Amino acid sequence: MAFLKTENTRISAIYTCVPQKIERTEDYEWISMQERQLFTKTTGIIERRVASESTTCSDLCFEAANQLLNDLKCKNEIDLVLFVSQSPDYFLPATSIILQNRLGIPTKSMAFDVNLGCSGYVYGLSIASHFIQSGNIKKVLLLAGDKSTISTNYEDKSTFPLFGDAGTATLLEFDENANNWFFSMASDGKGKDAIIIEHGHSRHPYGTIEDENKEIELGIIRSKKHLKLNGMEVFNFALKEVAPSIKELLQFAKKEVGEVDYFVFHQANKLINDSVRKKLKIEEAKVPLSIDYYGNTSSASIPLTICKELSNQVLNENNKYLFSGFGVGFSWASVLLNLTDVKTKMIEYA
Amino acid sequence: MNMQEFISIIEEEFDEVEKGTLTPTSSFRQMEGWSSMHALILIALVDNHFDVLLTGEELRGLNTIQDLYDLLASKKAEWLS
Repeated sequence: MAFLKTENTRISAIYTCVPQKIERTEDYEWISMQERQLFTKTTGIIERRVASESTTCSDLCFEAANQLLNDLKCKNEIDLVLFVSQSPDYFLPATSIILQNRLGIPTKSMAFDVNLGCSGYVYGLSIASHFIQSGNIKKVLLLAGDKSTISTNYEDKSTFPLFGDAGTATLLEFDENANNWFFSMASDGKGKDAIIIEHGHSRHPYGTIEDENKEIELGIIRSKKHLKLNGMEVFNFALKEVAPSIKELLQFAKKEVGEVDYFVFHQANKLINDSVRKKLKIEEAKVPLSIDYYGNTSSASIPLTICKELSNQVLNENNKYLFSGFGVGFSWASVLLNLTDVKTKMIEYA
Repeated sequence: MNMQEFISIIEEEFDEVEKGTLTPTSSFRQMEGWSSMHALILIALVDNHFDVLLTGEELRGLNTIQDLYDLLASKKAEWLS
């Protein structure tokens, strides 16, 4: 576990953009009504947002970032554009650079992509705050999200009803009065096969027979171009690693569970979040959810949950938050930070 | 933890199971509509109540309530006392 502390960074705005189109679990006819009900009960997912064929994750992030930069009038002050996603526009160049130009951010800025999913938002915050505390970088635009539905197959009940699309933009800036941030971060590549898209990149380029759909088990038909998810393995990983890593982070920061006002967890599955919450003995009201109406939105899940459930608290109160992201990789990361005077907005992409 | 207490905890968690109908020889796989979702619920239940993490592989090797009880007992010596 890597433990890190950064200083002089504050978050001043978090904007989220989701597609307008809604898909409801109860309408997912590939599985029986009884299975749909059990799915909602277990995962918490009632409905989710799905991007149109021509919309990419970068389009959603662009919309969120464009409104944020216009509202806060700081387009020319951005020194770094970070794009955290596993659904970039192209193999190359990096999507962050395309977004720098599209958003009209000056060319003197840095831009690069970070290829992480569920843990990506916290990793993004860590990278941004390290640049900011160096002193020469004053404002960072962190863009996080995924269009996961591009790689899920309708006839795969283990992935299709789980994922929603979203893009987010977070503005971080130098503030010498900001509280310190504390991070814990870890990785375990033994879990690489638990969540994977096997074909399409250099290990297995497209064009083999295995790109065709195949029945894996009842209700699960997919090809190696599609997202594969071993729910049981991911579930066990989360139950094993998340609560202890949060406890260690609190020890590192010399804080108690009771001193944290809100815990914003990655939204993979309500059952996982309930289990982690019970292990850490946290009251239900301190753990907001967005999975119910947005599904698993990958690296957008934490900022989306804040925009949906905590917009008033982050603007008008000064509270202590613990964010925790965990999943694909496996990769997991948590951060303890204070939020106050943070502007939020929830945008629909037509 | 005796078998009766163990059974009531499981009956409590699974809405589909009518109270008082499970016995040690009941097969949870034969429960109506048993699916991979139930396996997750069972793993979470065992983790929350007994602090034991069952792997998918371990669960696949089990069939009845007694099998599950025995496995947990083998992992938690204090159960038998």
